[in-house]
Parts: sequence; C-alpha cells; structure tokens
Amino acid sequence: MSDWLLRILADLVVILAPLSLVSIGGANTILPEVHRQVVSVRGWMTDAQFADLFALARAAPGPNVLLYSLVGWKVGGVLGALVATLAMSGPSSLLAFASLHAWRRFYDAPWRRPVQAGVAPVAVGLMFASAYTLVGAADTTVVAYAVTAAAAALTLWTRAHPLALLLAAAAVALTGWL
Amino acid sequence: MVSTSQPPLPPAPPSAPAVPLGSLFLGFFELALSSSGGALAPAHRVLVDKRGWLTNREFTEILALCQVLPGPNVVNLAIYVGGRYHGAAGAAAAFAGLLLAPLLVIVPLMVLYAQSGQNELVRGAFRGVAAAAAGLMVATSLKVALPYRHSLRAVLLAALAFAGVSLLHWPLLVVVLVLAPCGVVAAWRGWL
Repeated sequence: MSDWLLRILADLVVILAPLSLVSIGGANTILPEVHRQVVSVRGWMTDAQFADLFALARAAPGPNVLLYSLVGWKVGGVLGALVATLAMSGPSSLLAFASLHAWRRFYDAPWRRPVQAGVAPVAVGLMFASAYTLVGAADTTVVAYAVTAAAAALTLWTRAHPLALLLAAAAVALTGWL
Repeated sequence: MVSTSQPPLPPAPPSAPAVPLGSLFLGFFELALSSSGGALAPAHRVLVDKRGWLTNREFTEILALCQVLPGPNVVNLAIYVGGRYHGAAGAAAAFAGLLLAPLLVIVPLMVLYAQSGQNELVRGAFRGVAAAAAGLMVATSLKVALPYRHSLRAVLLAALAFAGVSLLHWPLLVVVLVLAPCGVVAAWRGWL
C-alpha cells in the first residue's frame, strides 16, 4: 500500500471518528463540518463534487450515512469507502451498544417505564421534523408534492412495496413533469 | 463479550421467538437496499410490519433512545435489535448487513455513475425518488404517531418537538434536553 493511500485513510479516520461521537440526531448534523474538512481544509474535492455525492447518497439505496462512505471512495477507492464507513459509524455504534446494554439492565427498574413513555412522544415529533425536512428538500413543484402525497397515501392504505413506489416516482420524473 | 449472567432481555414480541444471526444480517441488508432518501420508513416496515422483531410501540420508544445517542438513528436501531437477540455478534451482524453489504452494491454503482457523465436523465430520476422517499417518511411518521392520538398531552409534546426543530430551528440536543424531562415527569405523574 502506498504511503499516499495510508495517509488518506488515516486522515479519514481523524476527521470522521471524533465526529461520529458527537453526531447526535443522525448523520446529517455533522454534514457541515465534514463538508468544511474535505472541501475547504483538505481540498479533496470541489463544492459541486461534494453536492453531487450528497445527491447520490440520498437517491441510491442504503442509509444516508453512506454519504461518508462515498466521500471515502472518492478519495481512497474501495478501501477508503470501507475505512470511512467504519470510522463514521463504528465509534457511535460501540457507544450505542454499551448504552443500550446498560438500558436493558434497568428493564425492571420502576423509573424505566415513565422515562421510555415520556421520551417517545418527543421521538415522534422528531420523526415529523425529519419528514418535514425531506419534503422541503424534495418538493419544489406541484407535481413533486403530488408524488409525495401519493407515495404517503399508498404506503398508508395499500401494501405497495416502497421500492415499487420509488421506481414509479423515478418513471414519473423521467417524463419530465417534475 | 455477552456472558450468561446478562440480565434478562426485554420480552421479544411473540411473533419472533428466535432470530438466527443470518436473518439479522439479511433483514438489515434488505432494510438498507430498500432505503433511499431516509432509512426510518423502511426500518419501520421491515422491523415492525414484516419481521415482527419490534412492536410498533417498542419501535417508537427505542427510536427515542437512538435519536438521543450520537450516530445515525438507523445504525443505533440495528445495534439495539441485533444486540437484543444475539449480543455483540448480533449487533455486528446487523451492522454488517446495514452498512458493509450495501457498500458492495453501491460502490460499483457509484463507479458506473461517475463514468456515465452524470446526465440530466439520471438527475431527473433522482428528483422523483426524493419526492417519493419524502412521502414514505410522512407515512411512517403518521404510523408511529397513531398509538398516541388519544393522549392530548403526548400530541402536544410531539408538536412542540416538531416546532422546535423544524420551525424555530433550535439544535436537536436543546429540544430533546428541554422536552424529554417534561415528558418523563408527565409520564411519571400518569398524565400521558
């Protein structure tokens, strides 16, 4: 392995692993900082290239956190993608494993029920906030709003497979109406 | 890593008596492949509706914890579900299915896409996918909210969380740190 590649891989770990532990609320909360690092500080790619990767990660299958895998792929190939994935999700996952394990220990504690029941409505509100963000980012035309509404309705009231809905929406978009 | 002295796990939903490691891997791989533009909607579909690894209420309650912890919510969810059925090995299997397996599928796609010159057609299709993915997320939010519809205070709490993040643009951590204790006190007093 070349020194150059090793250095890139090490840089990916140095940038992503600490951010992993502060990414409360999900992968998008650290997006501005990663953007600053890879575009402004390291100059690995242009602003437009970063925006392309972001769009690609949103549209391609896989959780949105794979955006950081794409950044790794862009600078370090397949190995870069693997290292970026582990650096981005590894530390937070270890913390989650320990925390959720501790949480299970207190399953019978009298305070567990109220804590869980009290926090859940907040989680519901945050889900609506995510939905709101997605709608705001995706829907710029009346037809796009209609596609969103149709996808929501079909999910709620039919057994339509989500992939079928996504593909149908892509087909609608290809007609040029969106 | 996970010894037999571990305290009893929370009762699994009756529909999922035993979940093999391979199923965990495949379940989360399926989840990953069916998530475009947001993983929570497919997470609910696969984990609650299809596989029965979590009940609807459990999904919401565990999600609350996963949202407060750092890391992508769906990855934390995978760690929880995998860990619950198989300890560290289960968490690793779920993690691999969710993140590492998609790399094998996505990286080649990316290379193809980069070579294709990123034409307008592909961009147009992306816009359609994003609009539908937003719709899936709206539907999932409504499904998850359904059990709370009879509690005016729970609805109010959810509305405040939404308003804080989406309308007032407060940091998520602030919203959670203010509202979660309110919710806990309300639940403790039996108001929720």
